[in-house]
Amino acid sequence: MFSLDRWQEIFQTLSKNKLRAFLTGLSVSSGIFILVILLGVSRGMQNGIEKEFQQDAVTEVEVWTGTTTVGYKGMNPGRRVQLENEDFEYTTQKFGDQIDSKSGYFGRWGAIINYKKENGSYEFAGVHPDFQKVENATIISGRFINASDIEGNDKVAVIGNRVKLDLFKDKDPIGEYINISKVPFKVVGVYTDPGGEREETRVYLPLTTAQRVFNGKNQLRMLSFTIKPAATFDEAVQNAAFLSDGLEKSLKQRHLVSPDDTSGIRVFDTLEEAKRIYDLLSYIDLFFWIVGICTIIAGVVGVGNIMLIVVKERTKEIGIRKAIGAQPMSIIGMILQEAVFVTFVAGFFGLFGGLLLLEVVGPQIQSDFFANPEVDMNVALSTIVILIIAGALAGFFPAYRAAKIKPIIALRDE
Amino acid sequence: MIEIKDLHKSYKMGSNSLHVLKGINFSVKEGDFVSIMGSSGSGKSTLLNILGILDEADKGEYWLDGVLIKNLNEKVAARYRNKFLGFIFQSFNLINYKTALENVSLPLYYQGVKSKERTEKAMHYLDKVGLASWSHHTPNELSGGQKQRVAIARALASDPKVLLADEPTGALDSKTSYEVMEIIQNINDEGKTIIVVTHEHDIAQMTKRIVHLKDGLVTDDTAVNQIRASAYV
Repeated sequence: MFSLDRWQEIFQTLSKNKLRAFLTGLSVSSGIFILVILLGVSRGMQNGIEKEFQQDAVTEVEVWTGTTTVGYKGMNPGRRVQLENEDFEYTTQKFGDQIDSKSGYFGRWGAIINYKKENGSYEFAGVHPDFQKVENATIISGRFINASDIEGNDKVAVIGNRVKLDLFKDKDPIGEYINISKVPFKVVGVYTDPGGEREETRVYLPLTTAQRVFNGKNQLRMLSFTIKPAATFDEAVQNAAFLSDGLEKSLKQRHLVSPDDTSGIRVFDTLEEAKRIYDLLSYIDLFFWIVGICTIIAGVVGVGNIMLIVVKERTKEIGIRKAIGAQPMSIIGMILQEAVFVTFVAGFFGLFGGLLLLEVVGPQIQSDFFANPEVDMNVALSTIVILIIAGALAGFFPAYRAAKIKPIIALRDE
Repeated sequence: MIEIKDLHKSYKMGSNSLHVLKGINFSVKEGDFVSIMGSSGSGKSTLLNILGILDEADKGEYWLDGVLIKNLNEKVAARYRNKFLGFIFQSFNLINYKTALENVSLPLYYQGVKSKERTEKAMHYLDKVGLASWSHHTPNELSGGQKQRVAIARALASDPKVLLADEPTGALDSKTSYEVMEIIQNINDEGKTIIVVTHEHDIAQMTKRIVHLKDGLVTDDTAVNQIRASAYV
């Protein structure tokens, strides 16, 4: 296999037919090229979607309420379930060992907020200090809501970057007063959210203040939690499912909602969502692999065809070789090695070209669901293994045919 | 060296079969120089193919240097061809993209001889046929006579027991033919057994024995007074 003479023979025959060798290689190159691009795109989509998920902490569990649909313990269906501060305290106490950060939520959409003459319609939300972690929000200037704001019912607000740009333009908003439904609040911070503009049009207030000022009594619209970090993704999914299950059961019990009711109390588990999308992604990945491999097969069949022609053309030469003592194995080796060599070199160029294109064009692509297309080392290595196998397959049948050539017939062939 | 007993061979041509060899008995001693003559269709090429282990007889025995050649698989056949036999063809059958030297070293390559030794031996045989200075030319840069001389060198390279030549001068003019025959005679003088298939009488006269074949049977087997090719040149 590694004898120098054999390699010399291969280079001799290839250089005799440069154009043919090149065209044969091209079909394999393009196959590998397409596979690499497809896999890169698939990875890009994966990265993009992962980025989308970063807008909220990936390990978030939310509890919402609605109206019941099933009668239970003497209660009629169609009853509105309302979360209250006591629910928050009860759940945080009960599930404290599973919960990392926690926050209640009381808010309203479409509140008119103005600063001097500038005004707009935004959502405001009374939250606990932990909500910053839940939302994955980053403070650009000032600070987020803190415990003493909650305690003192302070009229302070943390505004989204969009709100800041709308109302304050270039001015520093910290320390200024905005009016929310005509109630003045002091701006103490500006945040940005990886979820994009939509999530930056919110104004956060201390929960207690919001409930008191906007007539919320002790009502909550939502409870948000994040679970404690887990070692693996699967473990996190499991923990999140466990927590959401527990939350649903105990809250349904508290509010006398039937265990079969699906809308009275709803628990959203973003990890569950994430897992579903990841599953989808792995199907897309699988699909791309299949498409890519089919392309390679087309290329390899091309190589096989050409090798058949080569064997046909070299029938006489193979006959001569056999007449002077070439054994069938050495003929098979010769053809097989040539096919493997052509596919390997051509495939390597395809791989290199694909990687280069991803490297150059990848970073230019700006899209919500696409980021950093790339192919990792394992994938590159597996394509090379595929190539070697493909080359061997492409060469085998022509080589077998060559080995079957009878020297007497080959030599008669003028 | 060669012992043939009651050799039969027929070819299938569609539905009817063609009986080419109908019981050949024939032997060749070491150092002999035999020409096989006959009109086309007499079976002389078939006989040579069987002698060269390129084809197998249907019936009869073929002993080559004390070895019975029968039911060989491809691998063993290739080894015997390499070890026992050297071929010279009418159409030379050199590999076109290889130089004279590479062509001559090919049988040695299949014998597993190391590269350096191979080149040395090949050069030796090329020198023997007077083409040492042409060693790096490809066949299409050589004349017909030169090509045949390269083929002879190749046939000799593996140091075979028997040299088989199928119309070695068939594609050459008479002057070149005699030059080639002179080389073949010299090889025979050194003791190599040679069998030549030819239909040219002057070529046959340069061997030591003529075997006539007609319709698949040996009709005549006579020793001749060898005429030296050098007498013509």
